[in-house]
Amino acid sequence: MEPIVETRDLRVEFKAQAPAKGIKIAVKDLNLKVQAGEVFGFLGPNGAGKTTTMNVLLGFVNATRGAAFLFGVNVTEPIARQKIGYLPELTYYYKFLTVEELLRFYGRIFRIPSGELDKRIDELLKLVELDHARKRTIKTYSKGMQQRAGLAQALINNPDLLILDEPTSGLDPIGRMKVREIIQRLKNLGKTVFFSSHELGEVETVCDRVAIINQGELKVEGRVSDLVQKHNANLENIFLNIIGYQPSLVV
Amino acid sequence: MIQTVLALAGVVIKELYRRKDFYVLFVLTALITLVMGSVSFFHDDKIIRYVKELCLLLIWISALVIAIGTTARQIPAERENRTIFPLLAKPVTRAQVVIGKFAGCWLACGLALVMFYAFFAIVSGSRESHWPVVQLLQAMWLQWVMLAVVVALVLLGSVVFAAPSSNGTICFVVVLGILLLGRYLNQVALREPEPLRTVVYGLYYMIPHLEWYDIREFVVYDHAPIGWVSCGLASLYAAVYAALLLSATWLVFRRKPLNL
Repeated sequence: MEPIVETRDLRVEFKAQAPAKGIKIAVKDLNLKVQAGEVFGFLGPNGAGKTTTMNVLLGFVNATRGAAFLFGVNVTEPIARQKIGYLPELTYYYKFLTVEELLRFYGRIFRIPSGELDKRIDELLKLVELDHARKRTIKTYSKGMQQRAGLAQALINNPDLLILDEPTSGLDPIGRMKVREIIQRLKNLGKTVFFSSHELGEVETVCDRVAIINQGELKVEGRVSDLVQKHNANLENIFLNIIGYQPSLVV
Repeated sequence: MIQTVLALAGVVIKELYRRKDFYVLFVLTALITLVMGSVSFFHDDKIIRYVKELCLLLIWISALVIAIGTTARQIPAERENRTIFPLLAKPVTRAQVVIGKFAGCWLACGLALVMFYAFFAIVSGSRESHWPVVQLLQAMWLQWVMLAVVVALVLLGSVVFAAPSSNGTICFVVVLGILLLGRYLNQVALREPEPLRTVVYGLYYMIPHLEWYDIREFVVYDHAPIGWVSCGLASLYAAVYAALLLSATWLVFRRKPLNL
């Protein structure tokens, strides 16, 4: 079966801001495969290369070497993004629009027929629990509501693959719980979810498989249950061990 | 392509009518015109000409403020608020973003002009009992066509300069400079020694001559309408400049990092 997400020897290099530092390697020959219906956690400390990898998958950044594919289509083709939904970290949507108008705008980009779009908007607003606030402009929304509006826009085209960049970042526990429930529901619907997060407990609960990268390099990849069994530790300890974290002696 | 461009343009138009800038400028123009129109200076029968002149000047200034202000913030706001990410994660290219933003800003300016010129027609028609519809339509059309070049120029500025405020100020000065001095550059060139003469002449032929689109005098002094062929050629000239500026915008924007 063809993987939904695939990177082959993906390498991304940037010119360092200080010329003396030469070139910075953000992603080092990364090979990943995500199969249909999987919830895949992409983990790593800040600056590990997670967002850069996602940016390549989404066509925002070009690979220096290697290639990335969505549904078997090279990500350099805009059509590769026809069946995906993307929720970026901390986005402030057009605050002068209502959530209904926001969804209609994105729906028009996907050329969803008007009647179908109305139905889809109703369903999504119920799913993300924003039905009561559909006529309010986004500027009146709390952070959690904005994040759920973001989730709704990511789902407007009924995507087969969802790419979520730290979807619970900056949310309160209730907001996190709601987002987690939505991911769980999407998983039950058979959607493929590729997401990065720092909330390892959340990843352990929701994900089927995880990959941990550090300094652009893939350190470990596998089923959460297998990793926990193999290392005889929870995901947080496995993560800290892999990235070489040394507990402070002062603490 | 068209569907995406129209969707993007729709958001820009919604932004214009939900923000207060347009209403403030419209009310200000209306108030100043009405106050000036109600005062009788020196019992001059032709006073309406001054009122018309003033109202048209206010319309020109307001339209430039709306065009530059609205356009300057479009792409920087997308990057600052990070909405550019979910947008480009959809089957949307950067070229479509540039064209969509241009179309939105230009259409928004067109809608604003319709409001302003309708007000102008009511004021001047009520005082003169005479409606120079053709001249008014030509004046509005040519101003709108001129604004296409301004919008494209500001859009290019918005991917070159970091801050919308600096872009807005620079573009306003450039546009004002062209409107006020553009027509005299060839005369200035004649008086200069070489190689400055060639440079000024080069500048004269390179800049878009926005001053050609200012036919306020035709409306104020009730001149005969200008020929439709001239109108068409002027529209074509503006379309070429707008297309060149938009191509340059796309060339810069396609290599631009999305993060600010």
